[in-house]
Amino acid sequence: MDIKEYSGVFVFAECLDGKVVDAAFELLGEAGRLAAVKGAQVTAVLVGPVTDDNVKALGAGGADRVITCGDGRLKDYLTLPYTHVLETIVKTYKPEIFLFAATPIGRDLAPRLSARLRTGLTADCTKLEMDAESGNLLMTRPAFGGNIMATIVCGEHRPQMATVRPGVMQRAESVSDAKPAVVAVAYDAPADADGVEILETVIKPHTKQNIRDAKILISGGRGVGSPENFKMLEEIADLLGCTTSASRAVVDAGWQEKDRQVGQTGQTVRPDLYLACGISGAIQHVAGMEESGLIIAINKDERAAIFSVADLGIVGNLMTVLPSLKERLAQALG
Amino acid sequence: MDFILKPEYEMCRDSYRRFAETVAAPIAIDVDEQELFPLDTVNQMGKAGFMGIPIPAQYGGQGADNLAYAICVEELSRVCATTGVIVSAHTSLCMAPILENGTPEQKEKYLPKLASGKELGAFGLTEPGAGTDAAGQKTTAVLEGDHYVLNGSKIFITNGRYANVYIIMAMTDPSKGTRGISAFIVEKGFEGFDIGPAEKKMGIRGSATCELIMKDCIVPKENLLGVEGKGFSLAMKTLDGGRIGIAAQALGIAQGALDKTVAYVKERKQFGKSIAQFQNTQFMLADMATQVEAARLLVYKAATYKDGKLPYSVEASRAKLFAAETAMSVTTKAVQLHGGYGYMREYEVERMMRDAKITEIYEGTSEVQKMVISSALLK
Amino acid sequence: MKIIVTIKQVPDTTEVKLDPVTGTLIREGVPSIMNPDDKAGLEAALQLRDKIPGSTVTALSMGPAQASVMMREALAMGADRAILLCDRAFAGSDTLATSSSIAAAIRTLEFDLVVTGRQAIDGDTAQVGPQIAEHLHIPNVSYAAEIVPEFGSLKVKRMFDDRYQWQRVKTPCLLTALSELAQPRYLAPGAVFRAWREKEVETWNVSNIEIDPGYLGLAGSPTKVKKSFPKAVKPAGCVVAAENGEAADIIMKKLREHFII
Repeated sequence: MDIKEYSGVFVFAECLDGKVVDAAFELLGEAGRLAAVKGAQVTAVLVGPVTDDNVKALGAGGADRVITCGDGRLKDYLTLPYTHVLETIVKTYKPEIFLFAATPIGRDLAPRLSARLRTGLTADCTKLEMDAESGNLLMTRPAFGGNIMATIVCGEHRPQMATVRPGVMQRAESVSDAKPAVVAVAYDAPADADGVEILETVIKPHTKQNIRDAKILISGGRGVGSPENFKMLEEIADLLGCTTSASRAVVDAGWQEKDRQVGQTGQTVRPDLYLACGISGAIQHVAGMEESGLIIAINKDERAAIFSVADLGIVGNLMTVLPSLKERLAQALG
Repeated sequence: MDFILKPEYEMCRDSYRRFAETVAAPIAIDVDEQELFPLDTVNQMGKAGFMGIPIPAQYGGQGADNLAYAICVEELSRVCATTGVIVSAHTSLCMAPILENGTPEQKEKYLPKLASGKELGAFGLTEPGAGTDAAGQKTTAVLEGDHYVLNGSKIFITNGRYANVYIIMAMTDPSKGTRGISAFIVEKGFEGFDIGPAEKKMGIRGSATCELIMKDCIVPKENLLGVEGKGFSLAMKTLDGGRIGIAAQALGIAQGALDKTVAYVKERKQFGKSIAQFQNTQFMLADMATQVEAARLLVYKAATYKDGKLPYSVEASRAKLFAAETAMSVTTKAVQLHGGYGYMREYEVERMMRDAKITEIYEGTSEVQKMVISSALLK
Repeated sequence: MKIIVTIKQVPDTTEVKLDPVTGTLIREGVPSIMNPDDKAGLEAALQLRDKIPGSTVTALSMGPAQASVMMREALAMGADRAILLCDRAFAGSDTLATSSSIAAAIRTLEFDLVVTGRQAIDGDTAQVGPQIAEHLHIPNVSYAAEIVPEFGSLKVKRMFDDRYQWQRVKTPCLLTALSELAQPRYLAPGAVFRAWREKEVETWNVSNIEIDPGYLGLAGSPTKVKKSFPKAVKPAGCVVAAENGEAADIIMKKLREHFII
């Protein structure tokens, strides 16, 4: 492999319900920063719903070029057909770096593709940098349940592939009049394309705001005591016009839905305010919220690990603090 | 001499502990306060194989041994002594005498459903007038053709209300004293068999302790367990085995109280520091931990002797005597170290102290254990 | 149905604590466990086996000799065979080399279904499952939460963040199991005894599998760890003991300082 033949930063523009997902725009933002170091191009790879809107949005989000493959058989994500399309694109366009969102789709597609290409893949990165000396991508990720960080390199294989945790990277400033170059690639179905067929798709109704998008999160842990007590958190969230989230313990206990879970096996959040109520602060939890703007923790156990990441810690009983806080907020926000 | 548990026992312990923490612990307070027999826990223990640990696989048991069984009772009792004694009475007092004295037909008929936990077992020896002095039995059994007719009552029967199979002692020949006692397998539903209301107890309040009433109770002749007139010695041997279970229960209660206390003293602050930093706390904990470990060695030794087919009566008595006293002493210290909170129900050591007391009383009081131990010394 | 389940022994990361002073990992005394997703996958495989007469379950792991304890656990759960790939040649494997080695071992066995955990709690990569499927040239369904066997195929509930799909996958295939796929059983004491006293863990080395030596271990790993380091410790905030209105006032003041309200 002559690694010098490979150039440019590619981003897989993951789609859901015909639209490019937010995480793909975060990748584009990061891809732009990486490409700038080398003066390289950012390419978005759009498979499936190739619409003008999607292409335009990718351009506005920072793609210099969009490679599309819009066959009707690719309407919904399927591992083998998508792997085949990306394999063809990689072999033709030889990207130096290929980024995927660490979503249930990206974390299926990227490993399969990396194995087919026999190149390296680093999962769930939280930081990407170009190594000035070697020109390699430095991919940093949490390991050991978020206890340690590891920086990974893939020096002798291309593309250097990574999945990136949604919610971690920043989008680029939107360029509304961007005109990305568009390259359409034809789909020739591989022999194994029909290995998996989709029988039914069921979208779980969710009325609550996605915790990743929330500017303020009122988050509860086991210390909240009972599912009923979560109402108090919800009332405070209503006052602040925000939503609630939860620790793993609470989700495992069935007090809250899985989509509320913050942490290593839940979602990474970085709201302006994270109010941790009765959360002990297991490392796996902290890994998902420590980048929050302001962290306030209330816990009756003064040794709770959450206090080590909190900007303000209150050692006290939730059942006395929260009602008072609610009262004060109601007055202040009148 | 091997003081290191073989890995299979450690793996069993992991399984018991995961079960205890997940299933038994969350309802332990309710079991106590509401005198709730944990029926769902018992069903789940059946599925998990905890209801027939030392019973051979040919009778639907686990084909494990008494040490694995003792560790099970220990781990359950660590979080809920009621759950521990349910398994102990079922295994040691009902299945063991059937396994050791039953005819092939009796074993085939009763052991598979008991060992799988589909049915629950109990044991009836104690009567209003016959406790430690078990020879004063008033319950009678008269052979009439193809069946016995039993009359009398048994009190303080663990699992009483929820059991399906009972080992009942009755006089077949009152003129012969203890040599006139015989053992019977009695099923719930036999004509003339009735269960009295649950007793109100100090501890192990969920164990459905009841009176069994037999009024012209018809027991088929083939349900005589062992030989007529040998019931007393069968009961005494059964209690020898049962003492291993109760000793394991006491050990578990003590360990549970110790664990709760270690966690508490690290958290609780007085005079500006955690109470774990006070030497009084440290010394008390050291004593508690040492007592618990000594009890554990005695309990495991007695179980190992039974598994090795060695005489284990004295070993079982020593284990029960020491473990029961350990449970009482460790739980009392645990309450003391918890201070005022220790006296509150929420903190569980309060329950453990109440639960501990019975281990000094049932299946032979501490005084009976001392009689067994000393008579072996002095014979 | 011949089912192979890959399992990994991992440190119980929920038991890991950080040294509050140095911020480094305290690894001592951290127990090793069977990776939770793998355990759910094994349980699901055992339930599938019990539903379909003539089925077998083989547990397969790559790891150090100490992992044989976990293999005994797999046998105690009910696996028919337990194979541990154990060789210095595998040392330093990244996910690609690991998946290549495990796929090579699977190729020597008969199989209709391979089940892997979605991800291991020590690495959290979720890569090895789909990569094994790629090496074996079989379809895969990731994030499986339910399996319904059919003739020549499986119906699988495939989870996403906000939705799920029922997918039909032709066998032979590979599934990656979510923890919710099955609740692992409590080990029955008798099964534990048999696993230790009557069954054997088969230990394989590199000579038991056919693999390009270039795909093995460090040499077969395109990614390398350049450095690892404890997470930066941020400066401690202010912690105060307060209740009721006093606590609420402190919080309100902070919210105002940060223009939250």
